[in-house]
Amino acid sequence: MAGSGRRPEHRGPPELFYDAAEARKYSQNSRMIEIQSQMSERAVELLGLPEDRPCFLLDVGCGSGLSGDYISEEGHHWVGMDISSAMLDVAVDREVEGDLILADMGQGIPFRPGTFDGCVSISAVQWLCNADKKTHSPPKRLYRFFSTLYSALARGSRAVLQLYPENSEQLELITAQAMKAGFTGGMVVDYPNSAKAKKFFLCLFVGTAGALPKALGAECADGEESRQATFTNERMRFRNAKGRSAKKSRDWVLEKKERRRRQGK
Amino acid sequence: MKLLTHNMLTSHVRGVRPGGGFPLRIQATEVKVNSVDFNQEFVARMIPKVEWGALVEAAESLGHLSDLPPQLPPEYQSNEDFLRKVHHVLLEVEVMEGVLKCPDSGREFPITKGIPNMLLSEEET
Repeated sequence: MAGSGRRPEHRGPPELFYDAAEARKYSQNSRMIEIQSQMSERAVELLGLPEDRPCFLLDVGCGSGLSGDYISEEGHHWVGMDISSAMLDVAVDREVEGDLILADMGQGIPFRPGTFDGCVSISAVQWLCNADKKTHSPPKRLYRFFSTLYSALARGSRAVLQLYPENSEQLELITAQAMKAGFTGGMVVDYPNSAKAKKFFLCLFVGTAGALPKALGAECADGEESRQATFTNERMRFRNAKGRSAKKSRDWVLEKKERRRRQGK
Repeated sequence: MKLLTHNMLTSHVRGVRPGGGFPLRIQATEVKVNSVDFNQEFVARMIPKVEWGALVEAAESLGHLSDLPPQLPPEYQSNEDFLRKVHHVLLEVEVMEGVLKCPDSGREFPITKGIPNMLLSEEET
């Protein structure tokens, strides 16, 4: 297995990458657990489930069931599927409340139509963009995943898939296959101005044209205001207009605060 | 695997007739009963989604029928006794070891440690 860069998809197929040693990290490494839980929380928030009504959810690529823990806390029931049996073993050891299934999402979601009230997936879908076997075709596997997911979801429900796209082509491939399968919706990018906190959530709707939720920390990255120049009557002193404000000045502190906030820190 | 999941699970082997992959026949060698908190609203919400005949058949084959009637009774939403029985069958009875068999293709999916293995080979996708 030729390793290139730091992307786990390049090292090999997921059922081999997530072995017992890798799986153990998801129950012991507090940093990984924290990141996973934060993303699950945000994904469930983006699902926009009706208040105080217990729902039946699907977790694609559930792994050790970290996102499931949050779903259970919120009072919902869930079923998780994953391709790595080592990860599912960790989930069994952790005694998660959801039901687990060993399955490959690229082979389709094996559930009856209209089963689930929503679907979440944390850092899984980008794995479908890699062909790990000679017979694998990423667009076909993506299409099979999205089309079977579409049918397994109840009308009016949502799927929120957090993913790490490698480049814009990959993002386009994934979105195109999702739209082909009948979904509406699009990408929500949280903290687009930060390299580390930036997170991609593919929010897909079944059968409704809901408005896309707002991304966090992206106030100036969207909306009409930024597209057109706003009129101002104020005259700017040359010294200020030239560049940044003087260090440690009030403006400098405010600017820095604003910049850090945009980065989600 | 809980019976709620079983009631939603279908076989997705290539060549299965539409709707032919359901319900998967259970051949269980180990069944466990866990206690799960009763949530009346959730059970009442799930009943319309459940294929009642398949649930009764599955519960009977595991020996945990718990007096479920062969037909869904009218006005079950407010019948707490009935909902508690359904809750027990749907969420508390778990198949730990055994085999799920596709009714159409005869393909068998093994269940180990309560996890059904739904992975297909290349020829089956």
